[in-house]
Amino acid sequence: MNYKPIDFLDERLGTAKFTRKSLNKIFPDHWSFMLGEIAMYSFFILLGTGVFLTLFFVPSSATTVYHGSYAPMDGHVVSQAYASTLNLSFNVRAGLVMRQMHHWAANVFVAAIVVHLLRVFFTGAFRKPREINWLVGSLLLMMAILEGFLGYSLPDDLISGTGIRIAYSITLSIPVVGSYLASFLFGGQFPGDKIIPRFYTIHILLIPALMAGLLGAHLAIMWHQKHTQYKGRGRTEKNVVGVAMWPAYAMQAGGFFFLTAAVLAALGGLVQINPIWMYGPYIPYKVSYAVQPDWYMGWLDGAMRLFPSWEITGFGHMIPTIFFPAVLLPGITFGLLMAWPWIERKFTKDFGVHHLLENPRDNPWRTSVGVGVMAFYMVLFFASSTDVLANTFNVSLNFVLWTFRVLVLVIPPIAAFVAYQLAKEARSAPLAGMPRKAMVVFRSKEGEYTAEESDPRLELELKRNAIHGAEPKVLPEEARIHGEKELAETGEEEKFVFSVSSVSAVVTEEIGERPSGGSGVYQVPRGAPGAGGGLFSPRGPRSARDGMDSGDGE
Amino acid sequence: MSSSTPRLEQERDDERLLKTSERRFEKVVGISFTLSFLATIGLGVVYWQGGQTQIEGALLFVALGGLGFGIVAWGKYLVPQGPYVQEREELQSPESERQAFVESFERGANLIERRSFLAKLLGTAVAAFGVITLFPFIRSLGPQPKKMLYVTNWKKGSALVKADGTKVLATDLEVGGVLTVFPEGHAGGAISQTILIRPSFQDIVTKPGRETWGPQGYLAYSKVCTHAGCPVGLYQELTQQLLCPCHQSLFDVMTGANPVFGPAPRPLPQLPLEIDSQGYLRAQSGFDEPIGPGFWERA
Repeated sequence: MNYKPIDFLDERLGTAKFTRKSLNKIFPDHWSFMLGEIAMYSFFILLGTGVFLTLFFVPSSATTVYHGSYAPMDGHVVSQAYASTLNLSFNVRAGLVMRQMHHWAANVFVAAIVVHLLRVFFTGAFRKPREINWLVGSLLLMMAILEGFLGYSLPDDLISGTGIRIAYSITLSIPVVGSYLASFLFGGQFPGDKIIPRFYTIHILLIPALMAGLLGAHLAIMWHQKHTQYKGRGRTEKNVVGVAMWPAYAMQAGGFFFLTAAVLAALGGLVQINPIWMYGPYIPYKVSYAVQPDWYMGWLDGAMRLFPSWEITGFGHMIPTIFFPAVLLPGITFGLLMAWPWIERKFTKDFGVHHLLENPRDNPWRTSVGVGVMAFYMVLFFASSTDVLANTFNVSLNFVLWTFRVLVLVIPPIAAFVAYQLAKEARSAPLAGMPRKAMVVFRSKEGEYTAEESDPRLELELKRNAIHGAEPKVLPEEARIHGEKELAETGEEEKFVFSVSSVSAVVTEEIGERPSGGSGVYQVPRGAPGAGGGLFSPRGPRSARDGMDSGDGE
Repeated sequence: MSSSTPRLEQERDDERLLKTSERRFEKVVGISFTLSFLATIGLGVVYWQGGQTQIEGALLFVALGGLGFGIVAWGKYLVPQGPYVQEREELQSPESERQAFVESFERGANLIERRSFLAKLLGTAVAAFGVITLFPFIRSLGPQPKKMLYVTNWKKGSALVKADGTKVLATDLEVGGVLTVFPEGHAGGAISQTILIRPSFQDIVTKPGRETWGPQGYLAYSKVCTHAGCPVGLYQELTQQLLCPCHQSLFDVMTGANPVFGPAPRPLPQLPLEIDSQGYLRAQSGFDEPIGPGFWERA
C-alpha cells in the first residue's frame, strides 16, 4: 500500500490520530437508525437535483408568450417562472426526471425527518445528554417544511400561486406587525412581482446553507456523543456494541445512499408528481377544485378548514380567524416539540445520563402522549381533504366538516388511552409480541418421539454465532486505543502530559508577571519566542532592525 | 472418540456453510454491480438518443440500486460484523478540568471587566450598528402598508370590464349567470377582482342601505374570500351559493353574501352598481369596507 498521502496529510494536519479513532468507531446496528440516514441522503439528492434545476429555471414573474413543445399551452401568456419550468420538463434532456426526483425527494425528506423524530421520541433518545441535538433536529424539521413550501411555490402554477396567496393572508393575520411583514415580504400589495425571485433566493441559498450547517452540527454532535443503542446482551450505559465503522458500517451506510437514490430515481421517472401543465399558470382570479398542498402542509390546511370562524375584534383592532390555526398552532406545535426534553424532565425528575434506549412499552406515559399528539395531527392531515372526501363518498360537506371537528377532539384522547393500556399490558407480559415458538418433533433411532420448542430466530442467531462467534468481540489492539491520553502515557510523549495543578504555573510562565504600568498589557519577557518583533515594538519592525544590525556592525 | 466425531462433523459443516454462503454472496454482489454497469450504459444510450423520462427513471433505478445493493450486501455479508464492543468515553470533563477552565476564563474576563466603561461603550456601539444597519435593510423590502389594505381600484363610476378588458353591458349576462369583472384599466387585478351575478331568483334579501346597489337584479361581490384570500370561484346556481375551494367557505348570494358554512368569518363586501345611459354597468363607488382576510389594524 502507498502510505505517501497518509504521511502528506499527517505531517501537515495531524490527521492520523483523529482518523484512526474514526475508522474504529463502533456503530450500534438497528434498522430504525437508518431513518435519519434516509433524510440525510434525500437532502444530498435535493442539493444535486436542485443545482441542476437552477441551471434552467428563471425566477421571474415577468410575462412571456410560451412557445414550447407542450402544445396545449402554446401561445399562452405565462410568467417566465412557469414557462421555464415547462421548458425544463419537456425540452431539457432528463429535465423531467430531475424535477420529479427533486419533488419526490422533498416529500421523502420531510417524511423521513418526521419518522426519525418519532423514533427518537418513542425510544427516549432525546434524554440527557442529547437535548441539544433534539433542538437542532427540530430546527431542521421546521426549515425542511418551510423550504419545501418555498420550492413548491416557485413554478408559479395555479395551485402553488393559490398557496402563496394563502401565505400572504397568514402573514397578514399576525397581530401588530402583520400588515408590515406582508408588505415587506411581498414588496407591496399581493401579488406584486417580487415574491418569486425572493422565494427563489431564500429557497436555493439562505435555507439550504442554514440546513447544511445545522445538519453538520447534528452529525458532529452525534459523532462526538456516540450513538445510542437498544438494550441487549452485553450492552450497557458505558459501552457501545455494534459493527466497526471501517469497513462494515461505511459500506452499509454508503451503499444505503445509492439505495435511497435508486428509489427516488424510480419515483422521479415513473410516478408523476406536480404536473403543473395540467394545473395551468397562476391567474389571481382563477382557482382550481381540490386544492391540496404537499403532504407536510396538510395538517395546517386541515386546521384552517376545521377552525371555527371566530374573529376577535375590539379596541379598534382585529385578530383574524386564520391567526389561530395557521400561526398560533404551528407556534405551539414547534414550541412544545423543542421544549419536550425539559417538559418530560419536569415530571420524571430524571436528571441522569442515558445511552440505552427504551422500548416504547417501557414508558407508557410518554408513549401515550406521543400517540395522542400524533393522532391529533393525523386527523388534521385528513381534514385537509374534506372536499375530496365529501365528493368521493357522496356526503354533504357539512357532515364531513362536523365529523372532523368532533374527531379532532375525540380521537387523540382515545388513541392516547389505548396506547397507554397497550403499553402497560405489553410491559406486564415480557414475551408479548414475540412470535410463538414452533414445536419440533424428533424421532430417535429406536422410534421414540420427543417434542422440543423451537425458535426460528434463535436458530438463526445460533447459526450466525457458529460462524461469527457469540459474545461481543473486543476490537483489535490497535483499534482499542482511543484518546490521546492512552497513547501519551506510553513512551516518549509523556513529557507533554502535565497535571492540571501545573496549568496555572505554565500560564504565568508564558506571559510573565510584570504588568506594564497597570495598562493591562503584559510584556513578553525578552528573548521569549515572538518577543520584541512587530511594527509597534519599541525598537521598530524586526526586518528594519535586522538590516540595521548587519549594517553598522555594533 | 465417539463423542468427538459429531463435533468435528459439526465444525466441518459450519465451515462449509460459511464457504458456500460467502460464495453465494460474492455472486450476488457481482451480479448487482454488473447490472448497474449495464444500466448505466443503457442510460447513456437513452440520453444520447434524446431521453425518455420513464426509461431514464427505470435505468437510474437499476444503476443506482445495483450499486447500493451490491455495496450493502458486501458490507453486510462479506466483512466481519462483530459485534464489537467499545467503551464510552466520559463526556463530562473532570471537575479539575472545569475548574481550570473557569479560572482561565475569569482571568481573561477580569481584564475586560477592569475597563467596564469601555466595554459598555463597545456594547452600545455594536448594538447601535446592528439596529441601524438592519433598519434600512428591512425598510427597503417594501412600502409601508398605510391605506394599501383599505382600498381597491374601484372608484366612483368605474366601468365593469371582463378579464380581456371589454366593458360589460347590462344585457351581457343571462339570468343565472356569473362573470368575473374588474374596474376599467385594471383587468385581471388580484385585489379588485369582483364576481358579478345575475341570480334567477327574485327573493333577494337586501341589507339596509343597499337598496339601490343591485339594478336589474345584478349583484357584485368582492371575489377575495374573507378567510384566507382565495378567489371565491365556484357558483352553485341551484342553491345560490358561492363556494371557496380552498377551505370550503360558503357564502349566500341572496342575503348579501353572508358566510353560511365553513371558516370564513365575514360576508363578502358588496360593490354598489348602476347602469349608465348607454347600458354599461358601472360602480356607484368603491367597496365600503376593506376586502379579503382580516388584519390587525382593521376594526
